[in-house]
Amino acid sequence: MKCNGAEILINCLKEQGVDTIFGYPGGTVLDIYDALYRDGTIRHVITSHEQGAAHAADGYARVTGRVGVCLATSGPGATNLVTGIATAFMDSVPLVAITGNVGLNMLGRDSFQEIDITGITMPITKHNFIIKDVKDLAPAIRQAFKIANSGRKGPVLIDILKNVQIAETDYEPYAPEKLTKKPVQKSAVEDAVRAINAAKKPLIMLGGGCIASEAEEEIASLAEKLDAPVACTLMGLGAYPAGNARFMGMMGMHGTATSARLALESDCIIALGTRFSDRVALNRDKFAANKVVVQVEIDNAEIDKNVNVTYSVLGDVKEALKTMLPLIETVKDRPFMQEAAELKKAEKAKRPNLELGHKVIIGASEIAKDDDIVVTDVGQHQMWTAQYYPVKKPRTFCSSGGLGTMGYGLGAAIGAAFGSHKHVILVTGDGCFNMNLNELSTAVTENLPITILLMNNRALGMVRQWQKLFYNNRFSQTDIRKKTDYVKFAESFGAKGMKIEKEEDIMPVLKEALSTPSPVVVDCRISNDENVLPMIRPGATYDTIITDWEDR
Amino acid sequence: MNRYTISALVDNKSGVLTRVAALFARRGYNIESLSVCTTEDPALSRMTIVLCGDDYILGQMMKQMDKLIDVRKITKVEEDAVSRELLLCKVRTDATTRSQVLEISQIFRAKIVDVSTEATIMELTGKPSKLDGFINMLMPYGILELARTGVTSIGRGASCLRDVPDYKEQI
Repeated sequence: MKCNGAEILINCLKEQGVDTIFGYPGGTVLDIYDALYRDGTIRHVITSHEQGAAHAADGYARVTGRVGVCLATSGPGATNLVTGIATAFMDSVPLVAITGNVGLNMLGRDSFQEIDITGITMPITKHNFIIKDVKDLAPAIRQAFKIANSGRKGPVLIDILKNVQIAETDYEPYAPEKLTKKPVQKSAVEDAVRAINAAKKPLIMLGGGCIASEAEEEIASLAEKLDAPVACTLMGLGAYPAGNARFMGMMGMHGTATSARLALESDCIIALGTRFSDRVALNRDKFAANKVVVQVEIDNAEIDKNVNVTYSVLGDVKEALKTMLPLIETVKDRPFMQEAAELKKAEKAKRPNLELGHKVIIGASEIAKDDDIVVTDVGQHQMWTAQYYPVKKPRTFCSSGGLGTMGYGLGAAIGAAFGSHKHVILVTGDGCFNMNLNELSTAVTENLPITILLMNNRALGMVRQWQKLFYNNRFSQTDIRKKTDYVKFAESFGAKGMKIEKEEDIMPVLKEALSTPSPVVVDCRISNDENVLPMIRPGATYDTIITDWEDR
Repeated sequence: MNRYTISALVDNKSGVLTRVAALFARRGYNIESLSVCTTEDPALSRMTIVLCGDDYILGQMMKQMDKLIDVRKITKVEEDAVSRELLLCKVRTDATTRSQVLEISQIFRAKIVDVSTEATIMELTGKPSKLDGFINMLMPYGILELARTGVTSIGRGASCLRDVPDYKEQI
């Protein structure tokens, strides 16, 4: 059948099962928006800003496991997507970003709202396309979805020239091929398993790849068979239930003291779907010194990139574990597991007096259901959430890990709400919230069940903490003196505004907020001088972990 | 620091060279030369890249390049592979020095491709070290300008780059 490029785009999105896209119209995507209007079956969510659309597509992808789609016009529309695309790239989130561009006869002439978005996004996409001929459009879209959602997942951008959207060609419907996961190499598995079976003190370390491959069942079997402790990176939270006795918490710069101690003492780290980033390994040369490291990783370039590993299995975590599990010897009552349990108990007993912010996060986790979604922005509140909110299920926790994008949260929460149809708790700070609070109007317009816990400390807490630690308390530009009344702000946007000022407020306010099926902003007035602990200095070794601020 | 040569088959379309070059730049790897040509298959181009670094950089460079969608095949060129480079060198010559330059050219089996009253252009193909030697010998006469293509390589025997397994198909 004859279709124009814009119609082909819509048809191809439907082929891929896309039901929701996030975007913002403009001059060079008018034809696409016209085709969307005439088709009427894809839900389009208009955000306040294209950055919000990119983060929303990201949040949607993280909670559903499907490819998130965002759409923007050329020029500023396209450049506004960049931070969102980069965020998805760093965290391996499958995303297809679609932009319009000026027509071929205008291209390269610095036309109005013309920008080389494929050039700009080259380093932050798995691949990108500029489509100059309508015949190339359908194959490119199909390939884009395949690239985004296969191997190590990530964002793909398709830049579609205006003339392509108008030009007609034959469109043949096509059922997308089912993406299959390749079996892993047997010899690699045998070597890895031999090392794991020989280990006396194995520590299982889970990264974002575990969530991406949906390997939670296999991971649970592995932990049970080995009777070994499990730690997660920030990206791995949810891959193993936080309530489980074998779960030792987060690992890395702000990980638990227990996981740090276990990493030091273990004789074998079983690293699943993780790339040993500097926020996890910290000192890449010493992290795994004198121990065996087995890495299961889908991206060949991540093997031996940051940390030299002893054995590696190239492939999908779930596929690899399926092959490995029958070869793993069952261990009962492993002494190292008992040691881990004792360390965990001791750390909990020593836990410092909880501050208001911690208590709000814990309170919210107690009220929320296990499959409700928790989204964070970036900074102290993010780490507190990772530490104190027990994430029990995969795909219920969204956070910008690799890029550390302040302002990620609200857009992602919107996408997560559309993707999950669950209540979404966004934990944010006043610094982050101010970056993209315009999206509150989107949440209100769409009447989404999002509770925003705004950790308002009138400071850029994490940066301030580093100024305390490394810059002798010179608080350059981190004490922000905004006069914003967030309750009134929320109300003016049509949301509910609430306030937590003292401990007694916590449960009544949270109960009301979390039972409200529409956006609520809870202004949590916390101290400006809190720290995130434990902490390991950047580049330092795990034995230098700071658990008490006085001992720093 | 070692010198390594990589051969790659890449899609023959615009932007591929940018992707490869930008990848090296943003990861901080130094390349000494890069040459691209079309191949027996019009859909594919062949890149020969010479880089300086250690085994870690070589490994990372090959793995990162392999992840690019447009890169189909990639391999490290073995020491014994046939590697050649083309040089065009313009040397200042006059009636007294021309014959000396001609003599050096004969020793290196370089071709004279242009002669004028003040300059001579020579063409030489060979291993980079041979070209280096030739340039050294011409230095005293005054090299006005020179152009080198960068190395292009092909492995010995019947095995071909297109038969190398593709990483992207393995996962």
